[in-house]
Amino acid sequence: MKEAKKHIIKTTNLSIGYTSKKKNIVIASDLNIKLEAGKMVCLLGKNGIGKSTLLRTLTKVQNALDGDIYLNNQNLEKFSNLELAKTLSLVFTERLPESSLTVFELVALGRQPHTNWIGYLTNEDMKIIQNAFKKTKTEHLMNSKFYELSDGQLQRVMIARALAQNTSIIILDEPTAHLDLHHTINTFSLLKNLASEFNKTIIISTHEINLALQIADELWLMSPQKFVSGKTDTLICNNELNSLFDSDLIKFNKSLKQFTI
Amino acid sequence: MVTATKSYKSTFGILLIILLTICLINISLGSVFIPFKQIILSLINGEVDKESWKTIVLNYRLPKAITAIIVGSGLSISGLLMQTLFRNPLAGPFVLGISSGASLGVAILILGASFFGATLTSFAFSNWGLAIAASLGSFLVLSAVMLAAVKVRNTMSILIIGLMFGSLTSAIISILAYFSSASQLQQYMFWSFGSLGNLSWLEIIVLASIFIIGILLVVFIIKPLNSLLLGENYAVSMGVNVKSTRNITLIATSLLTGVITAFSGPIAFIGLAVPHITKLLFNTSNHKTLLPAVAICGAIIMLICDSIAQLPSSEFTLPINAITSLFGAPIIIWLLVRKRKVYY
Repeated sequence: MKEAKKHIIKTTNLSIGYTSKKKNIVIASDLNIKLEAGKMVCLLGKNGIGKSTLLRTLTKVQNALDGDIYLNNQNLEKFSNLELAKTLSLVFTERLPESSLTVFELVALGRQPHTNWIGYLTNEDMKIIQNAFKKTKTEHLMNSKFYELSDGQLQRVMIARALAQNTSIIILDEPTAHLDLHHTINTFSLLKNLASEFNKTIIISTHEINLALQIADELWLMSPQKFVSGKTDTLICNNELNSLFDSDLIKFNKSLKQFTI
Repeated sequence: MVTATKSYKSTFGILLIILLTICLINISLGSVFIPFKQIILSLINGEVDKESWKTIVLNYRLPKAITAIIVGSGLSISGLLMQTLFRNPLAGPFVLGISSGASLGVAILILGASFFGATLTSFAFSNWGLAIAASLGSFLVLSAVMLAAVKVRNTMSILIIGLMFGSLTSAIISILAYFSSASQLQQYMFWSFGSLGNLSWLEIIVLASIFIIGILLVVFIIKPLNSLLLGENYAVSMGVNVKSTRNITLIATSLLTGVITAFSGPIAFIGLAVPHITKLLFNTSNHKTLLPAVAICGAIIMLICDSIAQLPSSEFTLPINAITSLFGAPIIIWLLVRKRKVYY
């Protein structure tokens, strides 16, 4: 019992996929994830393997085919939309629809699950918003319109919005897809810092494998055969990374701790 | 300290003063000249030189000004709601098929009379008759669109479904028109031009009550509407029930647009243009600011259009629909060219 309490995310025999008219299309099954709070996790796998499906299932956007998901020891099915919004915040890859929101307004929207019916921001809300700006070093952008920002700045602002939502878990779907190497590293170290200093649990789906190997606390590896999760070093020791790409073109180099051609 | 959302107190103050001024100007204009002082006296129920002046002001001009204010703000708010919901700058209050439905109802009443060989009493062609026909028509088409909307998950599809129903009804109206007499056609055309006048106080009370119900509904969705600015995925992730927000938005729009169209005909352009003009003026997307701003701007612009339509000191009244587009379109084009970029 004591051990169970430590896990912020836990799945038991989880099976994910889609339900079409007659049959279930299973993408991955028997996922048994145990994740402690304050860790930064990178979800790795090639395109189309089901990373998004897993994240969508964990965030209750789509239903699990089988098995259970527990957030903070509470079954995900028992969460209302609003409760979930107070536990888990998201950063998507998709571009925002056009509008003339300011950066401040955008980040302040993160307070929505906590504010009253009209969305009034109390002093407490203002403090949390200000903190979100501080943690992401985006205070100077506050009064700009969000469409004026560069992709790198916008990504930090979107992370600030997630922070303003003040949830223990933040899930990011390919947060560095539009970014160059500098901003990618910048984003990753910001997220790592949020995990280690502010005890946020951060789950990132990403294709930046070499970077993930160096910075993540844990890795979730998805391959057609199986799903493995664990500490980076353990996974390297057990030769799990080679199963990520079943091709001869790319191999994992154990001594370099990197993929090489 | 964190700068809060910009406050627009002074802008709102100026707009309210403009609204009041335009309203007084609108009431002073008309086919009969009445001195300004007498108008004020009539309004505050004081001693007026001629009793007929008081009657004109209180029973004709004031109701018309109130109608203009309700029509202008109601249509503009509906337009804003549709533009936010569909995230499409071309959406207006009529995308749900309300105007096509109303047109169908009235067309069947006026044009179909000969078609079905029915003899209609004068009641059928009174304001109430037209209003009832328009309401029934809107309700019918709107229900069809809504039924389809419940089935589709994609919000954009509702927009297309609404447009398709519009085409369907205009096809039916064309067929009815083809078999109608010239005088019936003219009568139908006059209705489709839109009109703000001729509403009795009772009709205004009905119009105003439904308007207020619509506005109350809108107030409760300001918060979720703001989160929809980030797209449906983010809205859901912030705990918003997108489906119920969508439904309330559709119901509020139908109420506002439906009752306005029933009493004053399909008034074009205002619902599409005013949200754009307001967004350019205020440069914000926050609905807490935009909704009252759009309501006031809508009222002002409608009153201006109506004042122009009266052709000051002449006996003619131009069709209000022609005026709204004739003066509104160039303004939008000018604003867009000047600012170059608009966000909806």
